[in-house]
Amino acid sequence: MKKVLKNPGVQTFVASIICIILGLLIGYIVLLLINPEGAAESILNVIKNFFTWSKPKTQLKQFGNTLAKTMPLLMCSLSILFAYKVGLFNIGVAGQYVAGSCACLYAALAWGWGWLPCMLFAIVAGAVLGAVVGLLKSYCNVNEVISGIMLNWISLYTANTVLSKVKEVASPYTMYLDDINPSALLPNVGLDAVFSKNKYVTIAIPLALLIAIAISIILNKTRLGYELKATGSNKNAAKYSGMKENRNIVLTLVIAGGLAGLGASMLYQTGYMRWECTQSSVPSMGFNGIAAAFLGGLNPIGAIFSSFFIQHITDGGQYVNTNFYSSQISDLISSVIIYLCGFVLFIKLSMTKMISRSEDRQIQRQRAAAAGSGKDGDK
Amino acid sequence: MLLLIQYTLIFSSVLILVALGGCISEHSGVINLGLEGIMVIGALGGALMMRFCSTTSPFVMVLLVILAAIVFGVAYSSLLAVACINFKADQTLVGTALNLLGTAAATVLVKAINTAMNPDDHSSEIEYVRARKMFIVNINGFEFNWFMLIAVIAVIVVAVMLYKTKFGLRLMACGEHPQAADSVGINVYKMRWAGVLLSGAFGGLGGICYILAGVSIWKFENGVAGFGFLALAVMIFGQWKPGRIALAALLFGLFRALSNTYIGFPALAALNLPSNVYNMMPYIVSLIVLALTSKNSRAPKAEGIPYDKGSR
Repeated sequence: MKKVLKNPGVQTFVASIICIILGLLIGYIVLLLINPEGAAESILNVIKNFFTWSKPKTQLKQFGNTLAKTMPLLMCSLSILFAYKVGLFNIGVAGQYVAGSCACLYAALAWGWGWLPCMLFAIVAGAVLGAVVGLLKSYCNVNEVISGIMLNWISLYTANTVLSKVKEVASPYTMYLDDINPSALLPNVGLDAVFSKNKYVTIAIPLALLIAIAISIILNKTRLGYELKATGSNKNAAKYSGMKENRNIVLTLVIAGGLAGLGASMLYQTGYMRWECTQSSVPSMGFNGIAAAFLGGLNPIGAIFSSFFIQHITDGGQYVNTNFYSSQISDLISSVIIYLCGFVLFIKLSMTKMISRSEDRQIQRQRAAAAGSGKDGDK
Repeated sequence: MLLLIQYTLIFSSVLILVALGGCISEHSGVINLGLEGIMVIGALGGALMMRFCSTTSPFVMVLLVILAAIVFGVAYSSLLAVACINFKADQTLVGTALNLLGTAAATVLVKAINTAMNPDDHSSEIEYVRARKMFIVNINGFEFNWFMLIAVIAVIVVAVMLYKTKFGLRLMACGEHPQAADSVGINVYKMRWAGVLLSGAFGGLGGICYILAGVSIWKFENGVAGFGFLALAVMIFGQWKPGRIALAALLFGLFRALSNTYIGFPALAALNLPSNVYNMMPYIVSLIVLALTSKNSRAPKAEGIPYDKGSR
């Protein structure tokens, strides 16, 4: 048992579970304070999400919806964790995501591009925005958090302006992809049949999982990954050992931005959502990505599960009893979880301490026992 | 033109208050990225006071609202302090979490209150038409807001506090070299707590000032639209010095005010730019300004690094 708990991976997992449980508990307490009557049922519905439906077929279909939205979230969290490994906090992921949405929707609706060019265009748009942050960081010493935030708002207003050229006349939403240009929709490759004909389940799902694995390999098994991580832990040391530290910073943010842009294309090119051209705040997908990245212990494979969990409870928010509560309760829970993730390091440290202390005690006991038996021998 | 000056002054006041908060916190060595969330919670405190306090005396009302905003801001910022100072958490992460939590918690709370008062009301809005009038003195069409005066006083008080008092100098020592400060008997943890809580007070004030700036009804789902981050840009542009922060805030406030009032200027209206361009202006300007000024930045040396007594 102790040996298992000593493993850093297991420690991270345990710490994440503690964060989740505490987060849900705080959510439950908030519901209790608002109205004790339906609190238990509502928090259970948040946890159950699609299982609140009674028919297995509907469950499967709703499961498909959650999966379809998990993939863009996974991309955003990969973007965050990739940059974080290189010592950069890519809070601009939200803006890069917006740039990707803007690019793929405009290319699809105005120029009638196919799905693959649209997707690539989204990646490029996100990467360009990431490059701006990277260049500002490496050559002008601008903190990437501040410049990222500024670019989030700039790209939001740009996207609103650009996409209002392809919006419906009567509503603030962009036109339906199905009507204008079905070729821009991501192919289903037979997956829709598995999820009770849910047309939003597309090639995005296997693609996203593959990318998560690829990121894991790049970070842990390649020269590039090691170089980037070295730059992150000590920029000057990296420079001293002959790495191009500025190039590495820019490259990291280009990759991170590309991932965020790809995430946007994975959502908007399923046709699940349309862009609202009057929205006054940046889509929360990017910020939820931060939650998923840290909850997954900054591990690409962990991010797959944590992204699913965050999306699961975010979707679950719509099943609370809206007579008393608001669906934002799930935002509250996920933000509490991010806050608690700040304590993960502390939790892990105290776990290690506890184990080593009990091991010390064990060794002392063994020594005492050995000394005792030695005396016995003398007699 | 009068309207432009009025909006510039009120938005600058917001930026001054919040940027001073950020400045105090960073001088103590903690990056307060959660200012945005603190603003929302401070605004919530003030708005609730305006909604439920029925006093008719403007003086009492202004005082109570300010107190409520400060109390809410300080209480909320203690979440950042405990995580970053005592538990050595990543300051960027915790700040981001507080921003998300601020908006989510305020929305949930306001909706719950609205629904409890009227079962059919599921909005996240608080209305304060009557109370807002008490903050404003109308001088020939120019709406003077008491917060403009408060902002000016705040700049002077903070400047004196940081450079002329024992407390301020010790605070700054903790942001520059905490180990040295500790060696001469300053409690670094206490000083950093003081810095973060003070920034919470200023953030809360800035929040209530922001929602009183132009409107008399606030939808809490919207948060404060990146103003907390704009204030951080102001702080960096102001090189962490109160006087310069005030000047930087005036510049940023002007650009923010233009997006509200550009229609009133025939020259600008004739350009026929989409309103989004004006909305973007403050952010673009701050990005350019940061790119030009960050190279020789005078940030407190130890900011962002959790203080560890054992490290050298």
